[in-house]
Amino acid sequence: MQKMYTKQEYLKYVEEKSPKSKVLRNVTRAFVIGGLICIVGQFISNLIISKGVKPEDAAGLTSLIMIFFGAFFTGLNVYDELGRFAGAGSIVPITGFANSIVSPAMEYKREGFVVGVGARMFIIAGPVIVYGISASVFAGILYFLLK
Amino acid sequence: MANKRIGKQTVQLENPPSILSAASIVGPKEGEGPLRMYFDMIIDDELWGEKSWEKAESKLMRETIDKLLSKSGISNQSVNYILAGDLLNQISASTFALRDTGISFLGVYGACSTMTESMSLGSFLVDGKFADNVICITSSHFCSAEKQFRYPLELGSQRPPTAQWTVTGSGGVLLSSQGSGPYITHVTTGKIVDMGIKDANNMGAAMAPAAADTLVTHFKDTGIYPDSYDLILTGDLGTLGMEITNELMKQQGYDISDRYNDCGAMIYDVKRQDAHCGGSGCGCSATVFGGFVYQELLKGNLNNVLFIATGALLSPSSSQQGESIPGIAHAVAIHRNLS
Repeated sequence: MQKMYTKQEYLKYVEEKSPKSKVLRNVTRAFVIGGLICIVGQFISNLIISKGVKPEDAAGLTSLIMIFFGAFFTGLNVYDELGRFAGAGSIVPITGFANSIVSPAMEYKREGFVVGVGARMFIIAGPVIVYGISASVFAGILYFLLK
Repeated sequence: MANKRIGKQTVQLENPPSILSAASIVGPKEGEGPLRMYFDMIIDDELWGEKSWEKAESKLMRETIDKLLSKSGISNQSVNYILAGDLLNQISASTFALRDTGISFLGVYGACSTMTESMSLGSFLVDGKFADNVICITSSHFCSAEKQFRYPLELGSQRPPTAQWTVTGSGGVLLSSQGSGPYITHVTTGKIVDMGIKDANNMGAAMAPAAADTLVTHFKDTGIYPDSYDLILTGDLGTLGMEITNELMKQQGYDISDRYNDCGAMIYDVKRQDAHCGGSGCGCSATVFGGFVYQELLKGNLNNVLFIATGALLSPSSSQQGESIPGIAHAVAIHRNLS
């Protein structure tokens, strides 16, 4: 008598019943905020180049400055609010990468600098780095073979 | 012979323990919610002068125990047992809160169902004349729970609309063989129900079948009809879980919707406070019961309450390994007067 639904039926029912993410709103916000972050980056890049830095050096320097901003605003407890609003718009740019490293470092500070900050810092960014490096090694080998 | 058992999972208490006092302390977000006037204390910030969130959670529990004792006028020495649990690994919020109390301690873990689990066991102890005074208490803390179960607080991520917000707070009751009510009269102990939900961000849906199972069992075991209760209150199913429970109950021939509510749906103004589907955590049902329900019972606005805290028995590892979420729900029936 109890359990009127089978597991499959229940999963389907819950799926239909659950409120859905507002995709259009989220995508729009992500586009606008992500775009704004990129405009800031471009502005910094142009500024550096106008001061006489070579464009190829300016790219690295711009990334560094943007990473600093990401880390800085994480430390000020602002970046999580931005992320709640913008979603992927603030996760995808390099500032989001900085946020993913600084936030666990802050969280685990109380467990000390070795097993806390040091060990936990890359719990979110770690997989990105591992698979990013693996993919670039793989691409490099392909490039070498095909050249 | 176990002569107090009725039906499959229910115990009818012969010497119903009286809830001598109840207390609750909550965090700032809960203190802005619709139930704020019922809490004994609202803390200003989530660290509450401590060095870590874990320590702050222990302090919440410690201070709640002090309130329970001072409200009831019972001394530390007269308490025979403390039954306590929380969400942290090795229920460390409880153990660290209690290390200086000098009272016999039994740790319990039922995830967010811990409040009624401890009240059930406490009732057995008093009813069986193994104890005169028992404290049943739980706590949860948004920050320590996020840290253990989800992501760092400062990570800029979005929550899905089915997510719930862990309540920062501690609530408890002091059960006694003396006193003039409200009384705990029946205990229905839930069994694990797993309908295959794997999404840790949809715990309401994972726990709702367990809540419905325990509710139906309670009605069948006792022969009590849902309309004998003024309030049927589940622990932390949230708005979605509540809807599902209502529907599951209707399917089995019980329409409880006019007297049914959920602590998770009550503790926040869900829209205004950006709590998505509502509150969760051991502290959710504990503070709503220790605050709202107990005071309304004393005032006489509520007379008969069926309180069912609900738990999602998952761990971070089980989720990562793709396991589904086992749900559980324990019910205690509370009556203002013994008829």
